[in-house]
Formats: sequence, structure tokens, C-alpha cells
Amino acid sequence: MKVGLFIPCYVDQFYPGAAIATMQLLEKLGVEVVYPKNQTCCGQPMANSGFEHLTGGCNSLFITNFSEFDYIVAPSGSCVLHIREHLHDDANPQLASEVASKVYELTSFLVDVLKVKDLSARFPHRVGMHQSCHGQRGLHLSQMSELVAPEFSKPGYLLNMVKDIELIPLSRVDECCGFGGTFCVAEEAVSVKMGKDRVADHLQHGAEYITGVDMSCLMHMEGILHRQQSKVKVIHIAEILNGQAEL
Amino acid sequence: MMMKTEAEHAELAQDFNKDEERVNWHDETLWWLRQKRDRIAHQIPEWEQLRETASTIKGNVLSNLSAYLTQFEEKAIANGVTVHWAADGAEHNNIVLEILKSHGVTRMVKSKSMLTEECHLNEFLEQQGLEVIDSDLGERIVQLAKEAPSHIVLPCIHKKKEEIGELFHQYLGTPEGNADPQFLTETARQHLREVFLTRKAALTGVNFAIAETGEFVVCTNEGNADMGAHLADVHIASMGIEKIIPERKHLGVFLRLLTRSATGQPITTYSSHFMKPNPGKEMHIVIVDNGRSVQLGRADFRNSLKCIRCGACMNTCPVYRRSGGHSYHTAIAGPIGSILAPNLDMKEYADLPFASTLCGSCSNVCPVKIDIHTQLYKWRQMIVQNGYTTTTKKTGMKIMNTVLSSPGAYRLGGKAGRAVLKYAPFMVNNKLNPWYKQRDMPNPPKESFGEWYSKNKGEGKDKA
Amino acid sequence: MSSRENILNVVKASQPDYAPLPHMDYPANKNTGEVNLQEKFAASLTAIGGKAEIVSTMQDARDYIQKLDKGKRSVTTVPMLNDLLEPISSGLTPAQSLQDVDYAVIEAGIAVAENGAVWVTEEGLGIRVLPFICQHLIAIIRVENIVPDMHQAYEMIGGRQYGFATFIAGPSKTADIEQSLVLGAHGPRSMTVLIIMA
Repeated sequence: MKVGLFIPCYVDQFYPGAAIATMQLLEKLGVEVVYPKNQTCCGQPMANSGFEHLTGGCNSLFITNFSEFDYIVAPSGSCVLHIREHLHDDANPQLASEVASKVYELTSFLVDVLKVKDLSARFPHRVGMHQSCHGQRGLHLSQMSELVAPEFSKPGYLLNMVKDIELIPLSRVDECCGFGGTFCVAEEAVSVKMGKDRVADHLQHGAEYITGVDMSCLMHMEGILHRQQSKVKVIHIAEILNGQAEL
Repeated sequence: MMMKTEAEHAELAQDFNKDEERVNWHDETLWWLRQKRDRIAHQIPEWEQLRETASTIKGNVLSNLSAYLTQFEEKAIANGVTVHWAADGAEHNNIVLEILKSHGVTRMVKSKSMLTEECHLNEFLEQQGLEVIDSDLGERIVQLAKEAPSHIVLPCIHKKKEEIGELFHQYLGTPEGNADPQFLTETARQHLREVFLTRKAALTGVNFAIAETGEFVVCTNEGNADMGAHLADVHIASMGIEKIIPERKHLGVFLRLLTRSATGQPITTYSSHFMKPNPGKEMHIVIVDNGRSVQLGRADFRNSLKCIRCGACMNTCPVYRRSGGHSYHTAIAGPIGSILAPNLDMKEYADLPFASTLCGSCSNVCPVKIDIHTQLYKWRQMIVQNGYTTTTKKTGMKIMNTVLSSPGAYRLGGKAGRAVLKYAPFMVNNKLNPWYKQRDMPNPPKESFGEWYSKNKGEGKDKA
Repeated sequence: MSSRENILNVVKASQPDYAPLPHMDYPANKNTGEVNLQEKFAASLTAIGGKAEIVSTMQDARDYIQKLDKGKRSVTTVPMLNDLLEPISSGLTPAQSLQDVDYAVIEAGIAVAENGAVWVTEEGLGIRVLPFICQHLIAIIRVENIVPDMHQAYEMIGGRQYGFATFIAGPSKTADIEQSLVLGAHGPRSMTVLIIMA
């Protein structure tokens, strides 16, 4: 099984640790991982701003870089959702559709494809799990609190394999953090208020770390935590599952 | 009582957020309603099936609407009801005026109708020298305050009881400083009872219009629609064309979903079925289009017409809760408003589909399963394609596209960005950077993942 | 062309391809006898601010009503109570004349256990405004007319013709002032349902 590693642009530039952990974790689980060097961005920032018609370049690059792999795995729910829903190529629609169907967010890849049953990781800390919206409601990584339906959580399932970890409860289990792409600056006041409220929920329940599948949400919450001079840190779930005890 | 302003959602929301404690209060009140909705929905094991059924029924309605409308009209007329048709808000208002004038009525009592908000009926009638009193308590309060309702089900959810007490002191003579909800409600009861007993004309909205029988249903907790309608000589009911449901038995589905979704109650106190006028009295229905037939023709957006006006999307929306209904500067706010309004005026409401993080919670609580967040995304594309975006944004996006379509430019750009953050942070850590206002920028790592990979793995595949 | 023609033409041209109605497997909750419907109804009604009294016979209902302090003016549309209360018939005009009614006692045709609502038609009301204009409402229902949910209620209603009918669930209420629940908005301040077992 050959997996192409798809690293979101802001993870590549600002949070390489999450990308390194993703790669190492997959390799530990026996997967051959390749990182196509010429990848850039999935195009979501433009598409969500109403400029989907400008994403042709990103789409072509993505297909070129990733079409050869059995699976494409990314440490991000929102980027994967965007590719799944919007990757297209008028010149070769079939190929685009095939490539899109092979893209997986990391935790769902571990649970649904690799069928991981245990991990040799240890993280002796109180951790709050932030349910990033696109991963949860778009990719169904976990059950949505609005629905009358059985509970489940793929990231939660994996985190529970980590030794000595203590997952804290939250008052609002899946409210949006307010990042929302360009929303974070276009509607700065509401975005920050949403982020502050999310952070407060974690702090009230004693979190030492806030984790999740999307670095964008975590980056937004980290910005708020740092401004508050809080000791609480954010960490991508890949780094916990990969066995990083400290950052 | 003008709702339309030049300001856009972001600006109005920023204003709303100046008082953080008030935002918390507004947010917690609406979140509590979302929780009540969750609690009661979980008591119905077949809840998700009910939603699917309601959505499919409404899908059938939209696909057969012209036939259902004529069937409804035929049955209503046979029941002795007079049916009018209005192409837009102005025509609706004129029809109502004519009915009132023909009966020599100068004072009318009204129960909640968001359609009449859309048509600006009150303003119009007042300009013609008529008096309109809103009888729903929340609506009466915003009427006294000369504001528009901020929520389609809870019109004055944005008002604190002290503010309401002050309004009642000013207009209804209650003691200054009295903010007791029980006392204020009793005052309103007495004040409005006099109105009900004396008004010869009453206007109500319509929650559901049954094609099979020509009857329509009006749901209230207060009983104000019934008090007005049964005591008046003339009952006018205003409805949008999309209020149709095919058969009476379908009410079983919709009445089970509506109030549970709206407030977490199992049903409204009153679900009144109006079929024929009272002997000796008149009943009129005004069927209004006002842009709905255009929306019906938009394949991506027509499902927004399934809406049964429950407000659940507003209660769950993290943005609505923290910006308030007035920041949407339109009659119907929140997520559903943001996919209905651009159809009415794409320029005026171009900001609304962007007042969202596309979290998707709204679509999950919608009792008729409207794909609200998907439509928000699609409206964004439509709005930009139609040119309702700024030159700055267009240019910015074109640059972003150029950089992101070229691996070389991307790597260079990323490196430059990190360098600026490391060596000249003051260039971004300032007032010009909206991110920086209340958040720190991320710490720049010494190398990107791509750079680390080249150094440590070296066999990255080159493809371009 | 009139607005009517215009609207119908545009609607017809704009509507999507025909989508059929769903197969409705309702009523899904046929009462299998496992659920005690009168208790479920009573619980639902209590939860929404109403009061439920389970009585054995109509005579017990009469006794209950007789013992109540009914204020100055109490009326009924139930023939069996005409000796206890002022009878109301549909010929009475104008409707405003009912404004001083303290208690009104009516008979409901159906009661719905899932939400505490009762169904009354114009026939049973005499005057449409009666159950809204009184200060306190009492409705009588026979236990065999209690159904589990709204689907069953509409099955019982069938295609019946009426001029007006309504579901009434508890006393009138509002929470418009800071979500504080207040009973007795414009309609009755209290609502009692007498469930007759025999």
C-alpha cells in the first residue's frame, strides 16, 4: 500500500511537527509514505470565499501530484472534505473523481482502512478534544450532537488507546471554534468571540492540552491562548497518537 | 421601523460584540433553546425518520406547487373564503388596505406574520393613516420600541426585561423599574384584551395551508391569533406560496416537528384549523409570491422554500447567537435568512452568506432537512460570479491563485512569510492585521515540512 | 394578465420534476396496550402547565365541577352540564359578550398522549372564541378517545368537515420576556382536562 502524504499549506509552513508526526505514525503502522514535494494547497481558501472558479490550478496540481497513490492521507478534516466535495477537472472528470475518493483524513484512515486496534503511545495529560466541524459534520468522523443517533468518535476511539491520557468533558461538545477560513479576519469580532468561548469551555474543564484533527482550528485557539498568556497548549492529534509526550 | 441599512453583517456584528456580557447572555439564552430542542427530540426515537418524511413531503409540494395552489384556492373558495393573489409585497399591502377600506376599518389587530415583516405592511398601513397593533407579546414589545423583530419565533429575544419594563412604563403606564415578567405579561394581557374586543379586522399569518381541504393552520402559544380572528368581523390570512402541504394528515408530521424544533415544546398551545368563515363574517386569504417563484426556479436554492419557519437554525448558529438578528439587516435573519435574502436582492444581501463558518449545525437541526450550509457555499460562488464582491478581494484572490498554482511561488511565499514573522514581526503584529487584534500570530518554525522532508528524507518525488 | 395567472405560470415553469410523496408508515406508534395512555397524557399535560384529573364516571366529573369555585360566570357547551352551568349555544351573538366568562367547560373529541393536546371542533365549542376568551378552561375527554400521537389523531379526524377546529395544549402561555415562562398570556390562565374512565 502506497500512501501519498497530503499536508495542508498552513501545516507545512507553520506546524511542521504535525506533518512529521503524521508521516512517522503511518510508517510505524507499516505504511509506505511518500510526500510529493510539489503540492501546494487544496484551494479551499479561495473556494470558500466564492472563488471556486479560480481553483483550477490547485486542482490540476493536486491530481498531478497524487493520482499514482493507493490512498492519500492528510492531517486535516477540512482540506480532505474540500477535495472530496470539490476536486474536479473538466478535462478528465473520471480521474478527478477517483483521486477524490482516495483521500482520507488521518484518523478515519487509521480506523476505517488500517483498522488500528492499539497504539504504543503515552500522553499523561488532561486533554480536551475539539471536534472540528468539517471533519465531524462533513466527513462524519464522529456523531453530531444535533442528531438523534448512536454516538461514536473515530478520533476519540484512537485517543482512548493512548496510555495515561485523561479526556475531559465539555459543556458544548461540538460547537464551532470560529476559524472558518477567511471568516477569521472578515468577521473578526464574532470569530474571536467564538474562539474565546471554545477555549473557556476547555479551561473550565481543566484541559492542559487542546487537540483535534484540524490545525486551523487549533491555530486560531492557540492565538487566543497565547494572547491570554495561558499555559494551555494546542497539539495536533497526530502528535499525541505518534507518542509525543511533550512538545 | 426601517430594517435595511447600508452596514453589513460584519460591521453590525462587531458593534454587537462591544458588550461581551450581553453577547454571553444572548448566546446562552439561545443555546438553552437548542438544548431544549435536543432533549425533546431525543424522546422521539423516530425523529430522524420524521425529518426525512417532512423533507420528502415538501419536496413533493415544490415539484407540484402550481397544481396544489389551484387546488387549495378551489377548496377555499368552495368553503366561502375569498382568495387574493399578490405578486409582491406592495401588492399584498394594497390588497389588505382595500379590504380594510371596503369595511370602513381604520384599526386592525395583527398576530405574528414574518411575511408581513417582509412586505413592511405595518409601515405602509400607518402611512395610510391606519392603526395596526401587533398582538403577539414579543411583537408588541418591538413595536413599542420601534424596532424590527430579531428572531422569527422570539421577536424580542435581544431585549432584557429591564428594557421591556421601561418600554411598558413609557407606553402602558406600568410603575417605573418594574421588570417582573409575570406583572408585565398581565399588563399586556389587559391592554391587548381591550384591543381584541374592539377591533373589527384581524390579520394572521399561516403556518400550513392544506391543498386537500382548503383549510389553513395557525400555531400560537398565546392564543392571540384566535382572539383577534374570532372577535373580528373580517379575518385576513397572509401566506407565502410555499406554505402549502398536500393533505390534512401530513399535519401530523409537521406539527410533531415544528414546536419541538423551535422551542423544545411538544406542540404550541393552539394549533387552530381555519376552514370556513364564521357565519355572517368574512375570511380572506392573500397568497403572496414576493420572489418565491424565482427561488423555485433556482435548482441549487429551491429547497430553501421547504422552510417551516421554526427558527431552530438560528438557535443553533454560533454566529447568530453572537451577532443577533438585527446584524443581518433583513426580515428573516440567521442561516435560513442568509439563503433566502440574496434571492430577493443579491446586492443588498451579498454579505449574508459570508456571515458563517459553514459549520453545518443548521442543516442538522432543520426539521425539513434543508441543506443550508451547502446553499450558503453556493450563494458565495453566485455572488462573486455576479460581481458583488470588492476589487480588493478579487485582486487578493487572483494573487493567491497564482501563488498556490505554482509550487515554486508557494514555497518562496511561505518562506518569506515565515521570515517576516521571525525577523520583522512588527510588520504583521499591528492594527492593520485583523488577526492580530485579539490573537497572537503563530510562531514561525525554523523550516517548513517540505524543507524538513528534503533534508531528512531526500527522496521526495518531483512532479510538475 | 392577473397576478394570479402570472404567479401560477412562473411557478409551473420553475418547479422541478415531479417528486412523489413518501410512503408513510404512520401511525408508527399504534398503541399496543403497553403504554397507559391516560397516564402518559396526564404527564404530558402537567409538563406543559395544565392539570389532569382522572375520574371514574361522568357523575364524578359533575361533582368535580360543582365543587370548584367558578367565579362569577361559568358556561358550558356540554348538554349534561346544563343544570350546573350556563349553557352556551351557537346562536349567541356577539362573541364579545363572552368576555366576562370565568370558567368554560367543553367536551373534547380527541386527546393526544404525546403532547397533552385535546381536539375540539366548532360543533363542540358553539362559539369559536369560547376556549380563548375565558379565564379558565376545563375540557372533558373519554379515555377511549385518547390516542398516542398526532398521526393517530389525524386518522381519527379523517376527512371531517368543520368551519373551525383546534388542538389546545394546556393554558395559554408566553416566554417572550427573557424566556421566563408565564401562564395566561391572552387565552385562559389555567386548563384542566377531566379524563372519564367509564
